[in-house]
Amino acid sequence: MAKVEMTINGRSVSGVVEDRMLLVDFLREERNLTGTHIGCDTSQCGSCVVHVDGKAVKSCTMLAAQAAGSEITTIEGLASDGELHPMQAAFRDNHGLQCGFCTPGMIMTAVDIVNREGADVDEQTIREQLEGNICRCTGYHNIVKSIAAGAKEMGSGMKEAAE
Amino acid sequence: MGIEGIGARALRKEDKRFITGKGHYTDDHKVAGMHHAAFVRSPHAHAKINGIDKSAAEDMSGVVAVLDGKQLTGDGIGNIICGWMVHSKDGSPMNMGAWSALATEYVRYVGDAAAVVIAESYEEAKAAAEAVVVDYEVLDAVVDAVEALKEGAPQLHPEAAGNLIYDWEIGDEAATDAAFDGAANVVEIDITNNRLVPNPMEPRSAVAEYDDAEDHFTLHTTSQNPHVARLVLSAFYQVAPENKLRVIAPDVGGGFGAKIYIYPEEIVCLWAAKRAGVAAIKWTADRSEAFMTDAHGRDHVTKAKMAFDADNKITGFKVETIANLGAYMSLFSSSVPTYLYATLLSGQYNIPNIHCNVKTVYTNTVPVDAYRGAGRPEATYLVERLMTTAARQLDVDPAELRRTNFVQEFPHQTPVIMAYDAGDFDATLDAAMEAADYKGFAARKAESENNGKLRGIGMSCYIEACGIAPSAAVGSLGAGVGLWESAEVRVNPVGTIEILTGSHSHGQGHETTFAQVVSDRFGLPAENVQIVHGDTDKVQFGMGTYGSRSGAVGISAIVKALDKVEAKAKKIAAHLLEASEGDIEIKDGEVLVKGTDKKLGWHEVCLGAYTAHNLPEGMEPGLKEGAFYDPTNFTFPAGCYICEVEVDPDTGVSTIQQFVAADDFGKIINPMIVEGQVHGGLAQGIGQALMEHAVYDDAGQLLSASYMDYQMPRADDLPDFVVSHHETLCPGNPLGIKGCGEAGAIGSPPAVINAITDAIGHNNLAMPASPHNVWKAIHSA
Amino acid sequence: MYETSYHRADSVADAASKIGDEGKYLAGGMTLLPTMKQRLAAPDTLVDLTHIGDLKGVSVNGKEVRIGAMTTHAEVNGDAALQSACPSLAKLAGGIGDPAVRHRGTIGGSIANHDPAADYPAAMLALNATIHTDSREISADDFFSGMFETALNEGEIVTAISFTAPDKGAYEKFRNPASRYAMAGVFVADHGGDVRVGVSGAYSNGASRNSEMETALSGNLSADALDGVAVDAGDMLSDIHGSSDYRAHLVKVMAKRAVAAM
Repeated sequence: MAKVEMTINGRSVSGVVEDRMLLVDFLREERNLTGTHIGCDTSQCGSCVVHVDGKAVKSCTMLAAQAAGSEITTIEGLASDGELHPMQAAFRDNHGLQCGFCTPGMIMTAVDIVNREGADVDEQTIREQLEGNICRCTGYHNIVKSIAAGAKEMGSGMKEAAE
Repeated sequence: MGIEGIGARALRKEDKRFITGKGHYTDDHKVAGMHHAAFVRSPHAHAKINGIDKSAAEDMSGVVAVLDGKQLTGDGIGNIICGWMVHSKDGSPMNMGAWSALATEYVRYVGDAAAVVIAESYEEAKAAAEAVVVDYEVLDAVVDAVEALKEGAPQLHPEAAGNLIYDWEIGDEAATDAAFDGAANVVEIDITNNRLVPNPMEPRSAVAEYDDAEDHFTLHTTSQNPHVARLVLSAFYQVAPENKLRVIAPDVGGGFGAKIYIYPEEIVCLWAAKRAGVAAIKWTADRSEAFMTDAHGRDHVTKAKMAFDADNKITGFKVETIANLGAYMSLFSSSVPTYLYATLLSGQYNIPNIHCNVKTVYTNTVPVDAYRGAGRPEATYLVERLMTTAARQLDVDPAELRRTNFVQEFPHQTPVIMAYDAGDFDATLDAAMEAADYKGFAARKAESENNGKLRGIGMSCYIEACGIAPSAAVGSLGAGVGLWESAEVRVNPVGTIEILTGSHSHGQGHETTFAQVVSDRFGLPAENVQIVHGDTDKVQFGMGTYGSRSGAVGISAIVKALDKVEAKAKKIAAHLLEASEGDIEIKDGEVLVKGTDKKLGWHEVCLGAYTAHNLPEGMEPGLKEGAFYDPTNFTFPAGCYICEVEVDPDTGVSTIQQFVAADDFGKIINPMIVEGQVHGGLAQGIGQALMEHAVYDDAGQLLSASYMDYQMPRADDLPDFVVSHHETLCPGNPLGIKGCGEAGAIGSPPAVINAITDAIGHNNLAMPASPHNVWKAIHSA
Repeated sequence: MYETSYHRADSVADAASKIGDEGKYLAGGMTLLPTMKQRLAAPDTLVDLTHIGDLKGVSVNGKEVRIGAMTTHAEVNGDAALQSACPSLAKLAGGIGDPAVRHRGTIGGSIANHDPAADYPAAMLALNATIHTDSREISADDFFSGMFETALNEGEIVTAISFTAPDKGAYEKFRNPASRYAMAGVFVADHGGDVRVGVSGAYSNGASRNSEMETALSGNLSADALDGVAVDAGDMLSDIHGSSDYRAHLVKVMAKRAVAAM
């Protein structure tokens, strides 16, 4: 058993878990953060993507013990003060989701894409950067539109913050 | 959010919970005392079980029970049924082999469950399942339907000699043969419709709770049709009487057909919870289990020929299909290659004579059943590949050959049961050709050639039968259920409304579109309308969501119930306003007397219904109405898809340059949601055409058993789609809705393959058109 | 997943002391953890190397490049000095897996695992790289000894790789359509007219050099120079995604594209 301490969505948490426990299971089973989903066994579908120290990571392919000491952001921690994150709003406004199962991982990946590629990321880059996120409902058409729109919105937010 | 009625691109009410991680899927459901199930699955495609040694597993940490098929059947749990009786052409009923939720004597596919372990934790259950020793006597296996019919093939079920389930036919064979005798031209084709794995992103899951004080079960499950699940679990599997079984399908992460069926795991979890004396059991498939146990789709082999007269009019169409149904007959499996397939073989065309023979076959593979489109993609692929092949052979433009043969007048009775009620096939063909700049293709092809690439264009004019389905009609064809839908409209005393529906949303956005229908009717804000679905304790009964039926059937039931609510509200208002009932009008949230300034707020009328202080003589208090809607006909969405590809001859990679969809879905409630349905369907159809393939080796091992080997369409595999809509109303239901859920998956595969075969210059190409297959096709030319 | 115990090493010596007989070093875990989840591997101990500072980072000194074993693919891809000294390797790193994999996966983990379809091994061969371990230096030619096999001894830790940047280099890969791993990945590097060609994904014995191509390209670094080279399908993998003939063909196509891109 391992004692793990980490910050999840801005709150310090700790738990004593089996060494083999995956981060996704720690989030879902120990912390009841069930917005992070499990859609495959081979680290390909991206339903489980969270941010670890600011970077998109597949939480099904990381032990909770590996994440000890890290700052984790899950889909539940993306909105602040009741305000949707611009990427969340963009998915809603552009019908970027249907069944909703892949959506948390998509949104967490999308925010990471914008963090790395900037607010003007083009649609071809978005498509390439979604290699690790599988959606079966939308055909990606509106996901790509959502991310492009969310990127613009994040960009204007960043500008406002800078001014 | 304001008043967003029919036709509005209303944003989805359900989205907030999904984008904030607050969706509640079955695997998110936890209860005190919950145990976990792990199944002991056969590693062999075909074997006799000589014994099961459970002793080591039973002694392991956390294990409370290890149960097998003999215990299951011993407790009276019934065999899994196929709910649609199909008769062979000789009149004999289909040959259905026995399927127990846990195998008793034989396992018949890799993944067939022989036992289950119930343990305190998931890891303990998994570990103990590995320790169960099943003594398998391995038998020869057969995975290919054509091989399974051959003499000497391994036999799966004693009930089905030669592995034949039925040998069925439709149409007039003699008349069709005569048409070929007099034909000016005959075009032949041999095609395979590749086997697919549905792959909703949420794996199947079940949480079975047992309350021993009440002898009552609650099942949370990933179902597209919780009431059907309860009915079948109760009436056929004898798990519990219906009044002692509540089935809840909460948020469900995609279905595509695979979550229609009631699988062994749900049956076993319910039975085992009571038998093992635990409060609850959870089972959630991992993706490997999903590949191994979710009902697969398609898997047809077909030989067909089409007769044309000297004017290129089709005079006859003859089809022979062998369909693989896997190791057992799944719930609706028998209907897919018959009544959902052969009845659509007339396509958009006037074909006077059609004959189709279908043999269905047992093999040592996962059961095959309806997957998005179900039979209709197979029919469309055949008809539309054949039309393009014919155009090439007859040396006419593929669009012109289609146009020459389009049905122009409605209603149109085909020779294969279906009577098309409305459509305008020229309109969607014209629209698609315009959007695709069909005329400019030659210039684009020349440009590709300059870059060393092969460019091709392909089209597909599809028709499907949706709005499934008139109960008496399907009953006469063998269905074990009626396919109506129910709705209940509960108006609260303050005027807000709950709609209880038997339809189930697993991505379709019913919480939004159904509310729009109500908003439109009474002029109420959509946020005042709540949609309740997916719980057998809340909704009286319903048939669920599949076959593009929620709009055409589910909404029609709501409309019918709204009619009753409106009539009663008008009676109350007329009484209160001392006006004639015929002069009352409800709009913009008010109840008015036409031509006067007399009016009441909607909420005042509703409150009046509940205070009951001043109701018309003899009227019951309250404002709540229910309705059952049974369709009078199928609905017939249709359209034209055009695909343009560029093939890299060096690698065989096909890149879609543009994909145009022009559809006629009848009345549309929310264009944004409908477009999303088309996008998703296209992705699945393009996936079938280019990427997806469930491949077994000869021993029955599934080689494409994970995303490492089964290619799921990803964002960079697909283009932006160009989608448009061209409405002709369906005359058969109150709003004129046809349905939109499956069209994309039905219409797109032939468009893609017609484009690639156009690019590479010959027809010898099987789906999926993977780089390797296309490369081989180029080099075999 | 079978039970295991996790140790976070703070130094190479600490890691070596913890590994035991049945343990495994854990780098990014991009291959090991999925394998363990599928119960196909059951190490009793996992020793996490990713927190050992000495194993991280890229250093470039003129044409001499050294990359710590625990440097992630994203870090290799984003390193400005490497982008200047050996852009082909930086670009290769940016094409491994998906963004989340690149955030966790490491060059040392990829090399030590020697998945035949991984990208780095082809590059190590073409770059004539040296693999540094806690006890010795091994040339890439000697390191990759067969599919999923390397010259590493039990308990030996890859600490870094180093190489002299080539004059020019390029990597082109044909992805397995499903897994997106390399089905034929070809790294061509020109070391002053001496051309080396490393291939991933195609050969049944793992990452390999193609000496016929090297001979053809040394002295004539053009795609046309490869026209006469026959790639032997008998050496190639074959599966549901591609026959050995197809892979042999793809190796040549990718090699030509790599040369054209140089």
